[in-house]
Amino acid sequence: MLSLTKITKKFGGVTALEDVSFNVESGTITGVIGPNGAGKTTLFNIATGLYSQDAGNVYLGEQNISRMPPERLVCLGMVRTFQNVELFGHMTVLENVMVGLHTKSKSGIFSCAFKLPGQRREEKSIRSRALKWLEYTGIADLAGMTAGSLPFGKGRLLEIARALAAEPRIILMDEPAAGLNSRETMGLAELIKKIKDSGITIVLVEHDMELVMDVCDAVVVLNLGRKLAEGTPREIQENPEVIAAYLGDG
Amino acid sequence: MTKEQRDILIFTAFGLVVLVTPLLLQGNYLLNVFVFIGINTMLAVALNLLLGFAGQISLGHAAFFGLGAYISGILTTRYAIDPWMAMVAAAVCVGVMAFIIGFPILKLKGHYLAMATLGFGIIMYIVFNETVAWTGGPSGMSGIPNLALGPLIFDSDMTNYYLIWVFTLLTMLLSINLANSRIGRALRAIHDSEVAARVMGVNVRLLKVQIFTVSALISALAGSFYAHTMTFIAPASFGFNFSVELVTMVIIGGLGSIYGSFLGAAILTLLPEFLRVFHDFDIVIYGLLLIVMTMFMPGGLIGGFEALAAAIKRRKEA
Repeated sequence: MLSLTKITKKFGGVTALEDVSFNVESGTITGVIGPNGAGKTTLFNIATGLYSQDAGNVYLGEQNISRMPPERLVCLGMVRTFQNVELFGHMTVLENVMVGLHTKSKSGIFSCAFKLPGQRREEKSIRSRALKWLEYTGIADLAGMTAGSLPFGKGRLLEIARALAAEPRIILMDEPAAGLNSRETMGLAELIKKIKDSGITIVLVEHDMELVMDVCDAVVVLNLGRKLAEGTPREIQENPEVIAAYLGDG
Repeated sequence: MTKEQRDILIFTAFGLVVLVTPLLLQGNYLLNVFVFIGINTMLAVALNLLLGFAGQISLGHAAFFGLGAYISGILTTRYAIDPWMAMVAAAVCVGVMAFIIGFPILKLKGHYLAMATLGFGIIMYIVFNETVAWTGGPSGMSGIPNLALGPLIFDSDMTNYYLIWVFTLLTMLLSINLANSRIGRALRAIHDSEVAARVMGVNVRLLKVQIFTVSALISALAGSFYAHTMTFIAPASFGFNFSVELVTMVIIGGLGSIYGSFLGAAILTLLPEFLRVFHDFDIVIYGLLLIVMTMFMPGGLIGGFEALAAAIKRRKEA
């Protein structure tokens, strides 16, 4: 579904990523783990078009999506969430998800200003579809709240609902469990499995090992900008190199 | 009552008040001031689309206003073109111009965008002053014809009031519609988080340029109306001070609030009438107003009213 080949990225003299390649199989959950500074978020930013790599390519299916801007990637079926939760803070919860449907609607400035019949119909459909995604993620009761005043855990769910609204084939989640308590993390694990069962491929960057081992089908380990290992969660847990990278091998 | 029904009710009530007001003011000089409030509301709403919704500053909007006025003035006085046609031509020219300069200018953010639009405003101000053969230079341009509809000529305060306010109300209605649509949401999304808006598929760069163009186009229309109702225009009305005044209107009224733009325009148009003694200090007073508002009432007057209403409601419930 998603494959990265020999991605290299330098910031000035610092090599953030070097020759990183891996594949994400369709319909699976792949975890990307590694110590702080391993290059996980940089990798996400490259895959989703926010940064451009110095070398290497990113493929979505058969299509080379290297250097495509993020707004085009949504149309090809790839969305992401952010580590620090990037919500539209002054808008309501429902409106946030309605923005998620931006690529699923097409009324322009003119038809919106004059409320042409097609636009009215589309607006109704945007609203009901957005509500459906709020129900799917279990936050429909918060629809009228301002997104900026949501508790952190609910904000995370809203970001996922907004991403789902774009009807993606693949979602990249940057540390979805960061800042969540253990009950919220359990709920998140259920939600992630539910999304996978609906046929959407998921890639996670995550620090919470319990979550990774629970939900992931495959795990890629990065360390200091290089791929250290990849395999099933069980293989990774037993890999001596990975253990050394995490604990420090003195 | 749904939000949509409430919006329609508020707009209808507002429109009725606007249409009845002149009947109570017959013969009063305030009617003339109210014509200006209408033109300024149109301008403030236009700037609000850019500043309040998309969060992009412009310190050069007086230039679009001036371009509309001068293109209308020149086409009608020199080429005897029908005022309505001149108006359409002015709007199209300014729209195309804004679209072209929008691409490079709107790549800039924050202070840099403010400086670029400021520069554009100053350049246009110099053009208005120096192209004497076309604009009459600093002494202005007179004899611009009034608009007319068949036998009805818009040359009195009363007729001008209705002419201007019909178009101002239309501008407000269309802007309210836009605000509550997918485009309005995308604009507010850009304001809150540009990166998240992009990731959700909003073409941020294009949308910024589009709303800049719409905003400039409405400003140009306001300029044409100004030229045809005043019949005399001079560069002094289209300078940097007026650009700042427009920003002040939008911020005092409330960023992102269409009725706020009306309030801001009304206050800043009426204020000089009542404070003539301060005349030379108006820009200082606007500066102070801006500082006080952003410090104590960042949501503007409309935001302040809403906070007050919420507080009263809470107290009643408690």
